Amino acid sequence: MGGHHGAFSLDVAHLLGGAVLVLSFGLLYQRRLGGLINAYAAQSCVLAAAAAWQGWVQSAPALVVTGLIVLGGAGVAIPVALHRIAGRLQFDRAVVTQPGIFPVMAAGVALVLLAVLLAAPAAAQALPREDLALALAVVLLGQLMMIVRPAAPAQLVGFLSLLSGLILGIVGVPGMRLAVELAVAVLVLAGAAVAGVYLLRIRARFEEVDAGRLERLGGAAQ
Amino acid sequence: MAGVSAAVLTGFAVVVAALLGLGAASAVAPRRIAALGSLGACGVGFVLALAYLLAGAAPATLAVPLGLPGSWMTLALDGLSGFFLLVLSAVGAAAAAAALEADADATAPFLPVLLGAMALTLLAGDAFALVLGLELTSLAAGALVLMRHNDSAALLHIGVALPGAACLIAALALLAGGAGGDFRFAAIRAHPPEGWPAVFVLVLALLGAGAKAGLVPLHGWLARLLVAAPMHVSALMSGAMTKVALYVLVRLLFDLSGPAQPGWWGAPLLVLGAAGAVLGALRANMADDIKAVLAGATVGSVGLIVIGLGLALAARGADLSTLAALALGGAMLTALAHGLFGSLLFLGAGAVHQGAGSRSLVRLGGLIHRMPVTTAAVLVGAASLAALPPSAGFAGQWMLFQAVLGGPRIDGFGLQTLVCVVAGLLALSAALSAAAAVRLLGVAFLGRPRSPRASAAEEAGQTMRTILIALAVASGLVGLFPGGVLSLAEPALRRLVSAGMADRAGLLAVAPQADLPGYSALGIALILALSAGLVVWLVRARAVPGHRFGPVWDGGFGPPPAWLPFGDPLTQYGGASFAQPLQRVLGAALLRARETVDMPSPGETRPARIAVAMEDPAERALFGPLAALRPRLVVLADRCWLPGIRRTLAVVFAVLVFLLTVVAIVEQF
Repeated sequence: MGGHHGAFSLDVAHLLGGAVLVLSFGLLYQRRLGGLINAYAAQSCVLAAAAAWQGWVQSAPALVVTGLIVLGGAGVAIPVALHRIAGRLQFDRAVVTQPGIFPVMAAGVALVLLAVLLAAPAAAQALPREDLALALAVVLLGQLMMIVRPAAPAQLVGFLSLLSGLILGIVGVPGMRLAVELAVAVLVLAGAAVAGVYLLRIRARFEEVDAGRLERLGGAAQ
Repeated sequence: MAGVSAAVLTGFAVVVAALLGLGAASAVAPRRIAALGSLGACGVGFVLALAYLLAGAAPATLAVPLGLPGSWMTLALDGLSGFFLLVLSAVGAAAAAAALEADADATAPFLPVLLGAMALTLLAGDAFALVLGLELTSLAAGALVLMRHNDSAALLHIGVALPGAACLIAALALLAGGAGGDFRFAAIRAHPPEGWPAVFVLVLALLGAGAKAGLVPLHGWLARLLVAAPMHVSALMSGAMTKVALYVLVRLLFDLSGPAQPGWWGAPLLVLGAAGAVLGALRANMADDIKAVLAGATVGSVGLIVIGLGLALAARGADLSTLAALALGGAMLTALAHGLFGSLLFLGAGAVHQGAGSRSLVRLGGLIHRMPVTTAAVLVGAASLAALPPSAGFAGQWMLFQAVLGGPRIDGFGLQTLVCVVAGLLALSAALSAAAAVRLLGVAFLGRPRSPRASAAEEAGQTMRTILIALAVASGLVGLFPGGVLSLAEPALRRLVSAGMADRAGLLAVAPQADLPGYSALGIALILALSAGLVVWLVRARAVPGHRFGPVWDGGFGPPPAWLPFGDPLTQYGGASFAQPLQRVLGAALLRARETVDMPSPGETRPARIAVAMEDPAERALFGPLAALRPRLVVLADRCWLPGIRRTLAVVFAVLVFLLTVVAIVEQF
């Protein structure tokens, strides 16, 4: 594989991964949908940089391509689409309700600790498990966001950031086969989630983006 | 010798492949080729099995590049599988020939699949092939009945077969685990289970193979499936499918678990077998549908065979290998005999259904005048069912009785007591079977027709008659030469209980011990023929010319009056009348039979009716709680339902985090 296996390259990789993680917390914190989408776009751009950096470190041009795809898809296309949908449906500036910030943040920190603990004992091995810890933390935070936010768009963004965590994990493992294909598959999944059923159907049928209303409807129907 | 074995095994592998391929092909090709091809394959199989057993049955194995990824499937052949292959191909040939008579309907492709799956089970040389074959058997049998839109019977069969398969897979996994994860029987045989795993193997094998063989208490499905299936399929299931399941039981308990297992292993088999023998024979006496009568008899015969297996296990554990050989030989002889006469009776029932338009004893009667060939064939089968000498059924049951009577030689007070009780129950079941056979023959074939349709019954077609006669002749030959059959079973006996019957079973006589006089079927047949001839001669010689009718007790069923040419059918002694004494004596206790008399009030014109309701204790105790469990499970599932995607996700997330935490904590230490 060759490449530049210096401490510096690892540090940069960790810096970029850590930035993705910090932006996950930003997603958790954001209240407005517009800001949420922008934060997701920023996270995707950093993710693209992380992928490209890994490509350079591992001398794997495929990962650079992955970074470009992530940049184009998750960094530009999906946020633009989300903005347009949000604009057309006029909840661009709507405040998406969310429970108290502090317990959510505390839970997020606990999840990061859990991820670090999970990756820690094998840190001595050849695999850079810190990358894995960061990726796992991003996945867990995305899931956390999906369950603490009652608003459907916020849940969608949580799902998208969960997928970002997956891509981070994919690019972080040296010698991972089919990295490009996996990243593209994840992005297609994200695009389908955005373009598809979620927002438009909910809006069309219920004139409402609060998924909690759906639950209450389901409860009333039984 | 080994060359013969290898060639025969290869031949059987080709036969199995041909049968399975035939099933696939006949889904698109004309369906008649399914029956014809099955007949040919079974014929080839019969010749191969007979040649193999006569050549000394040297074991052989063959690896075929199929099966689990990274490993080859092993096929194996030894005396035991050879003997059961003989049973299967004989019964299968009869069933396939009868399928030629049946309509070539949508079930046709499943017949060769069922045959091929059973042959694969018998040929299995590793756990994978055994489970594959057995499951394919169950599925093909279920499909054969399901395609006739008898959903409840087929679903009940699948519902019992699947847990049975789970038990068998667990038993085989335990065995293979003891052999270091090697699935091949040769490896398992080299590392037999000991201690608690062995006990689990016993329990799981009994549950698994018992569920598939129709062993009490898991016999409810068998009766329903046999009644629901078309006649040739019923014949195949009764004659061969139950035997294949019993073969699996023998393979697991006698062969793979090794010879060093304790004698008490036989006790559960003795108990379950005796219960099945009595319960099945009793149900055969109660049923009105003639196929249900035969289904009861099938459950009873499975019980008989399992008694033999249990006694053989007990005797082998006590190092009485000659007694074990007697018991196991009796079980195998009974298996072959029932394979022949069971399928003969089911095909006869099918012929009656076609010819007389009904299977209900209430509507039959007097068929001997209209269907003489069928009646004669059924008479041979019924004689076997009633265990009359010199029939095939008698030879097997005689050996089982001799083994049970020799049972007290096994040490241990508990086992001795059990064997004595089993001897009593065996006698009871033999008497009940005889009563069932008399009832079947007397009510359906003798007497006067109970319905106009029965009085105009038509004899079976040429093909059917040929099959019935062939089965009757085969059954008669087995009855006349039990020693010959035992010599075919000799390799299996030597292999499994390390003693044979060769010193005790000649072509003319079979003896329980080498120095004791035995049973000579041919001699008994000669004596019976001579005395019958003597009686006929005496009657002829001493008779006065002419005849007159004397007053006899007629049970209220007099000669038909002029205005009712067939007599009043209701006054004739019928199936229910035959059943009533037994039903009051035994049925009330064992089957919870209850009679309710519906008496019309004075002035009403409707007749009084007597209705009998009964239920099988095993079904009540087993399926009752299961049925009661279902609504509770529904309520539980309803409570577990979470409204909304978020709460569902939250539960998944919480479980994930919990598991990850556990992993993290474990990793720290």
